[in-house]
Amino acid sequence: MNSSDLYQQGLLDLAKAAHGAGSLPTPHGEALRDSPLCGDRVRMQVALEAGRIKAIAHEVKGCLLCRAAASLLGLHGPGLNAAETDALREQVAATLAGGEPPSGWPELALFAPVRPHRNRHGCVLLPFETLCAALDSQIRA
Amino acid sequence: MNFSPADWREHFPLLEKFRAESPLHYLDNAATGQCCYAAMNAATAFETQSRANVLRGTYRLAERADAAYEHARHQVAAYLNAASADEIVFTSGTTASINLVAHAFGDMLQPGDEVVLSLVEHHSNFVPWQLLRERRGVILRLLPLAADGRLDLSRLDETFTPRCRLVAVTHASNVTGAVSDIAPLVEAARAVGARVLLDGAQAVQHGPVDVAALGIDFYAFSGHKAFGPTGVGVLWGRGKALAALPPFLGGGGMIEHVGVERTTYASPPRRFEAGTPPIAQAIGLGAALDWLREQPWAAMNAHTARLAQRLLDGLAVLPGLTFVGPHDLRERLPIVSFNFEGIHPHDACQVLDEFGVAVRGGHHCAQPLMDYFKVQGAVRASIAPYNDEADIDALLAGLKDAVRKLK
Repeated sequence: MNSSDLYQQGLLDLAKAAHGAGSLPTPHGEALRDSPLCGDRVRMQVALEAGRIKAIAHEVKGCLLCRAAASLLGLHGPGLNAAETDALREQVAATLAGGEPPSGWPELALFAPVRPHRNRHGCVLLPFETLCAALDSQIRA
Repeated sequence: MNFSPADWREHFPLLEKFRAESPLHYLDNAATGQCCYAAMNAATAFETQSRANVLRGTYRLAERADAAYEHARHQVAAYLNAASADEIVFTSGTTASINLVAHAFGDMLQPGDEVVLSLVEHHSNFVPWQLLRERRGVILRLLPLAADGRLDLSRLDETFTPRCRLVAVTHASNVTGAVSDIAPLVEAARAVGARVLLDGAQAVQHGPVDVAALGIDFYAFSGHKAFGPTGVGVLWGRGKALAALPPFLGGGGMIEHVGVERTTYASPPRRFEAGTPPIAQAIGLGAALDWLREQPWAAMNAHTARLAQRLLDGLAVLPGLTFVGPHDLRERLPIVSFNFEGIHPHDACQVLDEFGVAVRGGHHCAQPLMDYFKVQGAVRASIAPYNDEADIDALLAGLKDAVRKLK
């Protein structure tokens, strides 16, 4: 496994596209999470409709893996509810541990080369965890 | 005395192994130095020939263990030019040493007393004082920094007040490599009756330290950064300064007498070594420092400075690069931190690994300093005497590839 596998063009493009980057004027839920390992920081905002994500916005100070993961959520996150988002986070963790990506998220295969680099798993998971926390903040409110 | 990095590498089994099997350009010495044979052999000899608990047994095996452990204390004292081996407290590392002072000395402070720090500090010399602030209501004052991250000591009178009780600063930054100018700090501290603690985690691997000449009260460092074992560190305390401290951790080994109503405590250093200490690790560290003390440091430091200059020169011509810290070698250890515009340090380090280059990326447990520089993190290369030109050139080649791949 070399860095060309890790930083393949699809992943670079996903990070560069930055789907969902920005902020929402009136979010229903919001969370900020830091990675204690590297200092990466993700802010996630969600707008909801009937308990499902209508819109996602994120601000990411992080590496390419973290930015690509956030971009993926911006692309496919709308439509999920809190339980599905929690399940997705677990599925992504399982994918990084060696499992198959969940259906409907083919781009998660881009992160397969991250598997042997355990210290980088947190970079991929941080946006998913932050999104769960953003939804949780709305539920608690 | 002549110095050859190739000869020096032969004292480090891991480096020998990698040179034989695959390239390893180990430039993460500020995080952990490689462990030398001297340390390993001494620790192994203890485990295979003298293993017993210390300060407890009367049988001959235990006496041999005692002797080896106390010999290590003398070896550390010699490396630091300490007045007595009783000034050497074995801990689990720099972090534990600083926390010991933050608790034992800190708990004697009153609300409103002041501790002087700087933004350069590693979290291990920052967070313990924040915790003390929460416990005791002390005030933390910060020394200002110059633009390149060096301590700005031109306005010490604004930082030191009559309420200052302790100055706790790094001997050398783990990010910028800048060596702190200690004499003015000691003078300012003495003028208000304050103690001085130095975080020596980075400095100690670059040659013997003279705590007497520094004129300080406490010095903390880790074994693993000084080419010794992990899991052991040292707190040196000037005799009277150490004797004035109450115990921090309670348990076996640190008492004089335990009664139901009243317990009295052992004199330093045992007062601060509750429980079974890291015996084999301390013996390994003692042996490492004994070996290091005999090395040709002038030639070795000239060698690492040449490598640092080669790195600085090579980096300076790369487009989009910014240094995090000084650009020159004045009063600086061979530690160089930098960033490329648009490239996250972790991504750069990942690509460098492909070149066999081991460097650290991230905030380096110095987030206040990163905030000061307005960066999220940095790539850091830290050089030891066993490094050579090939290590620097591999790093520079890898960085060019990282820029090509990641931009």
